[in-house]
Amino acid sequence: MADYLAIERLSKQFNAHGHAACRDVSFTVGEREFVALIGPSGCGKSTLLHIVAGLSAPTSGKVQLRGEAVNAPRPDMMFVFQQYNKSIFPWKTVLDNVCLGIKYRSAAPRREIEERGRAQLKLVGLGRYVDYYPYQLSGGMQQRVAIARALARRPEILLMDEPFSALDALMRVELQDLLMWLWQEVGLTILFVTHDLDEALYVAQRIVVLSASPGSVAEIVQVPLPYPRNQVETRRDPLYLKLREHLYNLMVAQVVAGRAEAS
Amino acid sequence: MSGRIAHWLEASRGSGVILIVALLGLWQFSALYVLDTPTWPPVTRILQAWYENIVDGTLIRHLLATLWRQMLGYWLAVALGIGLGLAMGYYRLIYNLLEPLIEVFRPIPGPAYLPVLVLFVGIGHEMKVVLIMVASLFPILLNTYGGVRSIDPVQFDTARTLGLTTPQTLREVVLPAASPQILTGMRISLAISLILAILSEMIVSNDGLGYFTLLAERTFKVPDMYAGIFTLAMFGYALNRLFLVAEARLIRWHQESSGRR
Repeated sequence: MADYLAIERLSKQFNAHGHAACRDVSFTVGEREFVALIGPSGCGKSTLLHIVAGLSAPTSGKVQLRGEAVNAPRPDMMFVFQQYNKSIFPWKTVLDNVCLGIKYRSAAPRREIEERGRAQLKLVGLGRYVDYYPYQLSGGMQQRVAIARALARRPEILLMDEPFSALDALMRVELQDLLMWLWQEVGLTILFVTHDLDEALYVAQRIVVLSASPGSVAEIVQVPLPYPRNQVETRRDPLYLKLREHLYNLMVAQVVAGRAEAS
Repeated sequence: MSGRIAHWLEASRGSGVILIVALLGLWQFSALYVLDTPTWPPVTRILQAWYENIVDGTLIRHLLATLWRQMLGYWLAVALGIGLGLAMGYYRLIYNLLEPLIEVFRPIPGPAYLPVLVLFVGIGHEMKVVLIMVASLFPILLNTYGGVRSIDPVQFDTARTLGLTTPQTLREVVLPAASPQILTGMRISLAISLILAILSEMIVSNDGLGYFTLLAERTFKVPDMYAGIFTLAMFGYALNRLFLVAEARLIRWHQESSGRR
């Protein structure tokens, strides 16, 4: 049987002589798996995620979902952007933002579409804010809207590009827990890009570590910590601490190797 | 006591209104007691002429003539400017094709088109409408494609992941995202359209506020001339206020999120 989501020998070069963002990256993501993608800044992890989403074309290599090539954005794979303040359209209410991805895709009457939108917002804890405008919400709430909008299309896969890195610490923690809950509740597959190794370790089942620019897979780390995870308990679990030390050394080694190559 | 006055000066524009009244008073006084010449009639005489011209329908007729040709030219420019601007902002090919041409035509002051238009379209209503449209077009066009081109790539990527088609993206994302800049262009053009309407009426016309004002000067009805100018001041002010109110309603989200109220 073919892999669920397969990233095969992806390379991206921005121009003929310029530097490569990533080189020969291969890994797979299983169905309903939670995988984090980490690496030092500038290693091309965000570029990689855009390619997986079909938003950008690779220079070489391919992305396959159930053996089918991915060349363009598709409804069963939704992208959640880091810049929620741009991605959530400020001229639309929260509900209109959430309904935007579904209203053109179904012949259902407006009321039914809005009902679905409301249900998604309730799921992320924003049931009371349907008629608000984004500028009336905090950053964490805006990113919840983005997640609700993605989920409204009933995707199988969420591709998340540093979704919580612009939030303050407390909101980040809250959204990490919300995301893990949604992952299990809805039955999603998640590929989660972050530069924060604690975040990767806390949420993911498996972590793909990329080397410094041009990024290639340095190591894939299994995280056999049980769910549901807890911000206090999990983070003081001896296994968590051991994996953290390993990941930390790995990341530092990547940064050092990257500097050596650059000089 | 002085504290309260200072506070009032800072908190309200009442002082500005008082200045206008004071200047009108000075005008009245100087016209009555200092400059005894027909070119400088007292304000009361102008108000009287103003009143008479309103009551007998003359000013209303000319005002409506100006408003009609101005609005026709202006809204044609709005439709054309937004349409072309969206196409240029959205499609690189159209931008590359048209942008150099626009850069060549843009520096030509609006009134310079007048002699050419007289040759081709004549001296009638159509010439004035076309002149107003051409002169009003560029601010709207430039602001529209500038606005579209400055849209963040994340917003286009979002539209793509949400599966929006090109027409849907234009309507749901591009047009609203560019609307603050489009409205800026529309406001600049609103002033330009009035200038060109008055100018064309002063050169060749038999109605409109520009015609009325210039004719009054040429026939030595000086109070009528000032009444025409007063009407223009009120008219321009009202148009701008109306525009600001409409703009605030249309892009409330923008003014709120950028902290401008």
